[in-house]
Amino acid sequence: MKKVIWKPYWDFEREENWLNNMAAQGFALTRYTWCRYVFESCEKGEYIYRLELLDNMPGNPQSNEYLRFMEEAGVECVSTYLRWVYFRKKASEGAFELYTDIDSNINHCRRVNNFWFTLAVAELLIGFSNISIGLSNIDRIGLSYFNLPAGILLFVLGLFFFHLSWKMRKKIRQLLKKKTIRE
Amino acid sequence: MPETVGALTEAVFYILLSLYSPMHGYGIMQNVKELSSHRVELGAGTLYGAINTLLEKGWIRPYEFAADSRKKEYKITEFGKVAVNLEIARLEELLLNGKKIVGGEEQ
Repeated sequence: MKKVIWKPYWDFEREENWLNNMAAQGFALTRYTWCRYVFESCEKGEYIYRLELLDNMPGNPQSNEYLRFMEEAGVECVSTYLRWVYFRKKASEGAFELYTDIDSNINHCRRVNNFWFTLAVAELLIGFSNISIGLSNIDRIGLSYFNLPAGILLFVLGLFFFHLSWKMRKKIRQLLKKKTIRE
Repeated sequence: MPETVGALTEAVFYILLSLYSPMHGYGIMQNVKELSSHRVELGAGTLYGAINTLLEKGWIRPYEFAADSRKKEYKITEFGKVAVNLEIARLEELLLNGKKIVGGEEQ
């Protein structure tokens, strides 16, 4: 049975939790495109899902090598979106974690932080320039009708992305603290 | 030469031990799990990063006589063996001191 759910997720750890909950209920993700999740029925708890942000886009030789390595390690790449990868492994094959030490965990968090931080800066800049164009054309109604709302929207989106990157930085700080006594 | 200061991570130590005989990625994961009686389960992402760093350092190298040429196998180098021996000496010191102090109290 196929099931399609539209849902926006910004926090990849929450998204991962949700996908694992779905799998526990017998729905296995088979494809992801922007906010659209396609599930097929599976046995309850058959799969464990993990999300990862790659260094490069899928299709890049380095990413391909990594995906091949994962495949050899018995990890299935279910779907990719931008640099995000949706991995899964059969729960019957034991625990499935991508990162099992603090260092590699921190590396991944840094990648996610950079991803959101770059987006945040871009949105804030474009938003800000739209707002100022809108304001300087405030007497010429037509232009500012577009620039002002668009600018404010982008600005708010930028702040939101900034919040996501801040959350990652907080996690990195916690991991670094843990690293002073454990590896 | 491997640097003589600092501990190896548990993951790196067990990867190096595994590669005394040639092995591919999944083999390393299985071997480490077995060696540690299921205590250490290497994440595939962690393993991949460690393999690349060890290749860069020259502590391991690709093994050219792999049984299945589609799967990349690796083997420890002489440098890698030096690093393992240094680590064993370091661990022995930790163990000795630990036992001397804590073990002494118990008696």
